[in-house]
Amino acid sequence: MRRLVGVVATLPARLRARLRGRWWREPLSWWSSSLPLRVTSTVFLASVVVLVLGGFLLMQQATAGVLNGKRESAGNEARQAVSTAQTRLNNADLTGEVNVDQLLLDLATGFAGSSGGSEQYQVIIIARGQTITAGDATAESIPAELRAQVETSPDLLMTPTRVVYDDDRPPVAGLAAGSALTLAGNGRYAIFLVFPLTQEASTLAVLRYAVVSTGAVLVLMLTLIAALVARQVVVPVRDARRAAENLASGNLHDRMRVRGQDDLARLATSMNDMAAEMEKQITTLSELSQVQQRFVSDVSHELRTPLTTVRMAAEVLHDARDDFDPVSARSAELLQTELDRFESLLNDLLEISRFDAGAAVLTAVPTDLRGIVDRVVEAQEPLVRAYGVQLSVHATGDTTAEVDARRIERILRNLLVNAIEHSEGHPVDVLLAGDDHAVAVAVRDHGVGFEASQAKQVFLRFWRADPARARTVGGTGLGLAISMEDANLHGGWLTGWGRPGLGAQFRLTVPRRAGDVLETSPLPMTPRDLPVLALPGPEPDALGEDERVGEGPITVLAASGWQPGRGPA
Amino acid sequence: MVGGVFDGVAGGSTEPGEPPRARVLVVDDDAALAEMLSIVLRNEGFEPVWCAYGDKALASFRENHPDLVLLDVMLPGRDGVDVCRDIRAESDVPIVMLTAKTDTVDVVEGLEAGADDYVAKPFKAKELVARIRTRLRRLPTGTVEEGEADTLAIGDLVISVDGHSVKRGGTPISLTPLEFDLLLALARRPWQVFSREVLLEQVWGYRHAADTRLVNVHVQRLRSKIERDPEHPEIVVTVRGIGYKAGEPVRA
Repeated sequence: MRRLVGVVATLPARLRARLRGRWWREPLSWWSSSLPLRVTSTVFLASVVVLVLGGFLLMQQATAGVLNGKRESAGNEARQAVSTAQTRLNNADLTGEVNVDQLLLDLATGFAGSSGGSEQYQVIIIARGQTITAGDATAESIPAELRAQVETSPDLLMTPTRVVYDDDRPPVAGLAAGSALTLAGNGRYAIFLVFPLTQEASTLAVLRYAVVSTGAVLVLMLTLIAALVARQVVVPVRDARRAAENLASGNLHDRMRVRGQDDLARLATSMNDMAAEMEKQITTLSELSQVQQRFVSDVSHELRTPLTTVRMAAEVLHDARDDFDPVSARSAELLQTELDRFESLLNDLLEISRFDAGAAVLTAVPTDLRGIVDRVVEAQEPLVRAYGVQLSVHATGDTTAEVDARRIERILRNLLVNAIEHSEGHPVDVLLAGDDHAVAVAVRDHGVGFEASQAKQVFLRFWRADPARARTVGGTGLGLAISMEDANLHGGWLTGWGRPGLGAQFRLTVPRRAGDVLETSPLPMTPRDLPVLALPGPEPDALGEDERVGEGPITVLAASGWQPGRGPA
Repeated sequence: MVGGVFDGVAGGSTEPGEPPRARVLVVDDDAALAEMLSIVLRNEGFEPVWCAYGDKALASFRENHPDLVLLDVMLPGRDGVDVCRDIRAESDVPIVMLTAKTDTVDVVEGLEAGADDYVAKPFKAKELVARIRTRLRRLPTGTVEEGEADTLAIGDLVISVDGHSVKRGGTPISLTPLEFDLLLALARRPWQVFSREVLLEQVWGYRHAADTRLVNVHVQRLRSKIERDPEHPEIVVTVRGIGYKAGEPVRA
């Protein structure tokens, strides 16, 4: 094991990774992902173990039985043969010149003949260092132990052995029986009978073959059955899964087929009930929401006719204000300007209700954002002059993207107006940049800024930085919310960054091709012109320069817990 | 001017010596708006006539012979779009729709029914008056420019600038003043491709970007009157991605 680890460790890292990755992770994940595979392979492994064990026991019993039977019958035969031999020896004519060797040879061949040539047993007689064999088994077939015991024991002894033939046949398992023959006056002779177990071995071989093949067929059948059963269970479960996925993806009309009365049928029924219930709930909810959106839209439209009248009346009064007393004249002016606000609020409400209703459509055309920026900047010329702001545009790279120019213009107008209104007379910069995948526009002001924690809230509808603070600047409170919706419609990002005293930066990023998914922005979310030391966290040397900036901004930054990042959270 | 602001709606007689005032038929069911419109129109030197019901609009039109019709889309009795169609069936009078819903099919339906222009509520009085003036002005498009021939050829049509008429092989084709202006604008510069924005400025008098659906719908209406096969226009040719241009003149 340790050696293997050593070998693996010497492999190049990549190969090792591949080995780790491909070799066993893939089957493993397959295993854990497929229930039928798991069931089938478990049944396969279990049945292999059971059948191997069973076959082993069966073979052991069968072998023992066969061998015992053989031993018994061989014992009987051997006893009979030995007693016959003894009888013959006893009856032998021992008068005169007795050729004992010849006698023994006759005896041996006689046995060989009586065993019917069926090779039931073979006889080996050892006399006075001489070996007389009848048949083709050699004396090597008799274990030395048996020989020694026969020398002393009067009983018939039996032991397993290997039968070695004098020709080329391979040795086979067998039984060797030995006994002593006594010839009156001539002493003891050892007679051995060798029983080869050829027959039994072949019987057992047939049996083993039968056991193995039956086992293999059984394993295959069991595996197949397991696979079928698993399938039977899994198919309805998969149907249920598919139905659930369908539900999840919004196809609330899909229902499962219900067959029979079993648990799976009940599962299907429950799923269908659930789907019906969900469909009902969702329909109710969407109807409610439609009614609500419709209401907002209708209200906006219904307000338009009286607003038209009021607006025209106000214009008439406004045009005639020179003839009024100062109070009435000022009232006419207020009426006029507030009507403008009222109208933009109404338009913004209508626009938001269009987004809420999902009725907003993107008509994306390749457009150079530089052109839109220039147009927006030009249109805000009076506001720029009114606030005494120095406005500059910095563009780098190809800034053409597939966008809805009307919506982008609305976003940029919003960001620019906000920046100018909050600039407090400090310069406002518009940064424009493009890379291979995206185009970004950032509007940076150095005005009041806002708390880091408010970077998300500024996009909320009617959100106010400080409710107690008096409203000094215009806007409906819906501008950034609409801008966010417009950006989302493009698949783009709109992010806000701000710090009290350091100003704010809003960045719009849109994909170059409509429908692409944004990954990065060509412009950073935080302004580039920030003092380097103002970045808390990762830069260790930044902390050393604290004194140069002064306390104010740094305490604020540290308290805000801001972390640099490039995408919206 | 200011003195007349609070005068009643009725009346509107022209004083002797003044040029005749253009008569504007206001079809709107909202009495307050109608009265306000009348005040503004009178202030601006028009003679307003009010009709509050859609189903009475045509009768009022026949009776008063207005120079321009201001038509609300939502009317009791008969839908504004239908009224527009009725009037257009018997007259080429300029029609300006008043609509509260600019994003719906109302606008396109109204334009297809023959309205020349539309104004979205809430509009400013000056904006409305500018639209009305543009539609009544017939200048300078309707007069012969210096150094220009009295007749222009576009496709197989002959335009008589002075006579305000279009003829194909001697047969006159009836066009509304707007359609005539649109065709004339194209015919005067046959080498130029007109973007929709340029046409909006030249024909409709919009100085800023406006609804390009106006151009699309009116080009369709114009084509249905002058093209032999409106599916394959030869006189008002579409230039993909840019706009429209005049077809090559055909000399018989």
